[in-house]
Amino acid sequence: MSSVARTGLAILAAASASSVMAESSVNLQQPVTQIATEIYDMHTLMLVICLVIFIAVFGVMFWSMFAHRKSKGAVAAHFHENTTVEIVWTVIPVLILLGMAYPATKTVIAMKDTSNPDITIKATGYQWKWGYDYLKGEGEGVKLISNLSTPRDQLDGREAKGDNYLLEVDQPMVVPVGKKIRILTTANDVIHAWWVPALGVKQDAIPGFIRDTWFRADKEGVFRGNCAELCGKDHGFMPIEVHVVSEEKYAAWVAERKGMQAATAEDPNKVWDLAELKTRGEQVFAANCAACHQADGKGLPPAFPALDGSAVVQGPKMAQIETVLKGREGTAMAAFGKQLSDTELAAVITYTRNAWGNHTGEVIQPAEIAAAR
Amino acid sequence: MAAVIPDHLHDHHHGPTGLMRWITTTNHKDIGTMYMIFSFIMFLSGGVMALTIRAELFQPGLQVVQPEFFNQLTSMHGLVMVFGAIMPAFVGFANWQIPLMIGASDMAFARMNNWSFWLLPPAALLLLGSFFVPGGAMAAGWTMYAPLSVQMGMGMDMAIFAVHIMGISSIMGAINIVVTVLNMRAPGMTMMKMPLFCWTWLITAYLLIAVMPVLAGAVTMVLTDRHFGTSFFNAAGGGDPVLYQHVFWFFGHPEVYIMILPAFGIISEIIPTFARKPLFGYASMVYATASIAILSFTVWAHHMFTTGMPAVGQLFFMYATMLIAVPTGVKVFNWVATMWRGSMTFETPMLWATGFIFVFTIGGFTGLICAIAPIDIQLQDTYYVVAHFHYVLVAGSLFALFAGAYYWLPKWTGHMADERLGKIHFWCSMVFFNITFFPMHFLGLAGMPRRIPDYALQFADFNALATIGAFGFGFSQLIFIVVVIKCVKGGEKAAARSWEGAQGLEWTVPSPAPHHTFEVPPVVK
Ligand code: HEC
Ligand SMILES: [Cu+2]
Repeated sequence: MSSVARTGLAILAAASASSVMAESSVNLQQPVTQIATEIYDMHTLMLVICLVIFIAVFGVMFWSMFAHRKSKGAVAAHFHENTTVEIVWTVIPVLILLGMAYPATKTVIAMKDTSNPDITIKATGYQWKWGYDYLKGEGEGVKLISNLSTPRDQLDGREAKGDNYLLEVDQPMVVPVGKKIRILTTANDVIHAWWVPALGVKQDAIPGFIRDTWFRADKEGVFRGNCAELCGKDHGFMPIEVHVVSEEKYAAWVAERKGMQAATAEDPNKVWDLAELKTRGEQVFAANCAACHQADGKGLPPAFPALDGSAVVQGPKMAQIETVLKGREGTAMAAFGKQLSDTELAAVITYTRNAWGNHTGEVIQPAEIAAAR
Repeated sequence: MAAVIPDHLHDHHHGPTGLMRWITTTNHKDIGTMYMIFSFIMFLSGGVMALTIRAELFQPGLQVVQPEFFNQLTSMHGLVMVFGAIMPAFVGFANWQIPLMIGASDMAFARMNNWSFWLLPPAALLLLGSFFVPGGAMAAGWTMYAPLSVQMGMGMDMAIFAVHIMGISSIMGAINIVVTVLNMRAPGMTMMKMPLFCWTWLITAYLLIAVMPVLAGAVTMVLTDRHFGTSFFNAAGGGDPVLYQHVFWFFGHPEVYIMILPAFGIISEIIPTFARKPLFGYASMVYATASIAILSFTVWAHHMFTTGMPAVGQLFFMYATMLIAVPTGVKVFNWVATMWRGSMTFETPMLWATGFIFVFTIGGFTGLICAIAPIDIQLQDTYYVVAHFHYVLVAGSLFALFAGAYYWLPKWTGHMADERLGKIHFWCSMVFFNITFFPMHFLGLAGMPRRIPDYALQFADFNALATIGAFGFGFSQLIFIVVVIKCVKGGEKAAARSWEGAQGLEWTVPSPAPHHTFEVPPVVK
């Protein structure tokens, strides 16, 4: 008991000292939005109320357990009913609950108000990464895919774990400070959830539907979160990293992204040779396919088939183009048609048909993908 | 010789012996015993899965199992514990105790009773066997959310059939309990004189009949989406993945009360016995139980605050959920008032019962915190929720089951259980339980998601602590096996009224309860 009470007090202490503590590991993360702050304070308030009731009720119980013992000669009383008392302990909790419901209602309504955003970003959950499309506002047109960047060797203990182990990505989401950011969530395969604790945001990403939520960060910094809805094998490995930066830095970032996107926008009619496509394809494969089919092409049968030696990969190319473009209904094999460009698809398909033990020698050109779409 | 054997000794069962006796038995005591042994075996299997999970989470990094197997373990741990361990254990208690407590000779439908039990082992084989099929066991979480569950291999189909079978078993058991309680009470035992355990089970049985078909419907829709081209949960075909969650939780929330109401019943029997004072507020206990049951149908979407409901939806489910705290609070107050000015002793059952009130209430409070929609949006799918439901399911349901087992073991075996071992079992469980699950509140608050095989470094210390606690808790349960075996084999002879303050018809028959009891109904004044 005492250990429980002591830890309870520890939470309280931590809660009150929160303004000075940067990173608390026993309480909600330090909030950086209005909503997250309201949640933080509401939780502290609830905790205090619960603790007071807890101490009152169990104070009585433990006193009674101590005093009303047979070994101390206690003789049992015979009362077993008292309507007044029963009404009192029904009505008082109702009043306390009303007091709790009031601030909660205000926050619920505020959280739902996604109107008039400065910037709208669509977050798409994929097995197992996040894609961001800047749809409206400054930065419109920026697209990025955000993959876990912690090396596999750190997971397997062959390398020391870094500070942001499992909470770091290759391409973070970047937003300006003080602006209302509306996040639209959706998913490509199964349900995911976009969650950044410090921003006070968690919203399920549901395939085939769009949901929304919003935040306005009051502080610059890097805020990290995770996918919160079980989404299969690598559910634990699709973190979210949001960089909140000044408006100038944001504008610079947008310009840089746009420049990169223009530079890499390939001519869809370009004719590639095998070696070029294989090099490109290997990168695409590592980022998009290796989670399931594994870098060595052996897959994890029977859940994820091997591509090395697969009849589909070694057979007629149309069947494989079809599979990768449209996916396979009801399986984890998603349709990659929307995520990847013609060139990327051509590259990854060419790569799989010419990697490991597969030696078809065939080259698939972006134009063929465009034709198959 | 036979002529000189006194009547009540002669009353062992007649009919087949050996294995066939157990397969064909229609006796409520035999069936109750089988339910309890079954559920304990499932409890140990689910426990092995839990310990494997905790071993993997002992340190950051992947050491013991790979992510896909980890997901199978968490999913099956949940299913096995809910449907294999907790629910059948309570049905076992109902089988043994309800006829004894209302003065009936057996359950109303004795043959069906046999069936309800014997459906369970095949279901368990399907569940546990699915680990060994290609693709392994179902790994979509015990909630089996679509569309992830549509992606799974054949382990999913096995889980679906297992759920169907266990559902049929539960419904048959529930119908049996309703009919027994309503029709077979001894003369003079009016509804409002009935022991609270029977009341809570009656209400639970109605819940079971209402919601098990809903679960069966949900998993059947997954099955047809998987194999027969329907699109209930596939937007591309006009369906909606969130529909699954609504249907599942319409079952799932009452299910939570299915697992806790009978526990309330057990505690309400034990506290008065050892306080030597009648239960405070009997009538309000009955009404509180009924209101919890009714409210439980109106709160399901509090599991879905992050799916993106409209604000009115969130507010409705938040208010309804908060309301449940009122009748639950009434129960706790009534128990404390029963203890107040009693003449208490703390034998093992009473220790478990007071332990239950204490830790269960922590789970109740964290439930209230989760009911507040904005807070829940931070806590949903984190370790805070894991902590919350283990406080109500382990410290709640399981501790009440142990309390009840220690309380009625003398009636079942004819011997008093070993007090010293029972107390050690209690203290070890209590301490290790809190070491395991208390830190999980902190993990969840600080942002650790549930159902992940590996985690960021700031969560390392509490995870290591939780793992140590979990192993301690797991091994402590072996003490219970020793206690039960010792108690069956021998020990201090139990009197008919095995505890000084015990009231109720079950204490009027000898210990152990003879094979047939109340063939002539007792009269209750
Ligand atoms: C989320 C896991 C996942 C990812 C990521 C994934 N696949 Fe698949 N893939 C599957 C599954 C599962 C199947 C088997 C589908 C079935 O049962 O028909 C499959 C099947 C295939 C097949 C057919 C193999 C055969 O022998 O039938 C090809 C080709 C393929 N994937 C290529 C790719 C490529 C190229 C990528 C990357 C752009 C990729 N996959 C990414 C899960 C995945
Ligand atoms: Cu995810």
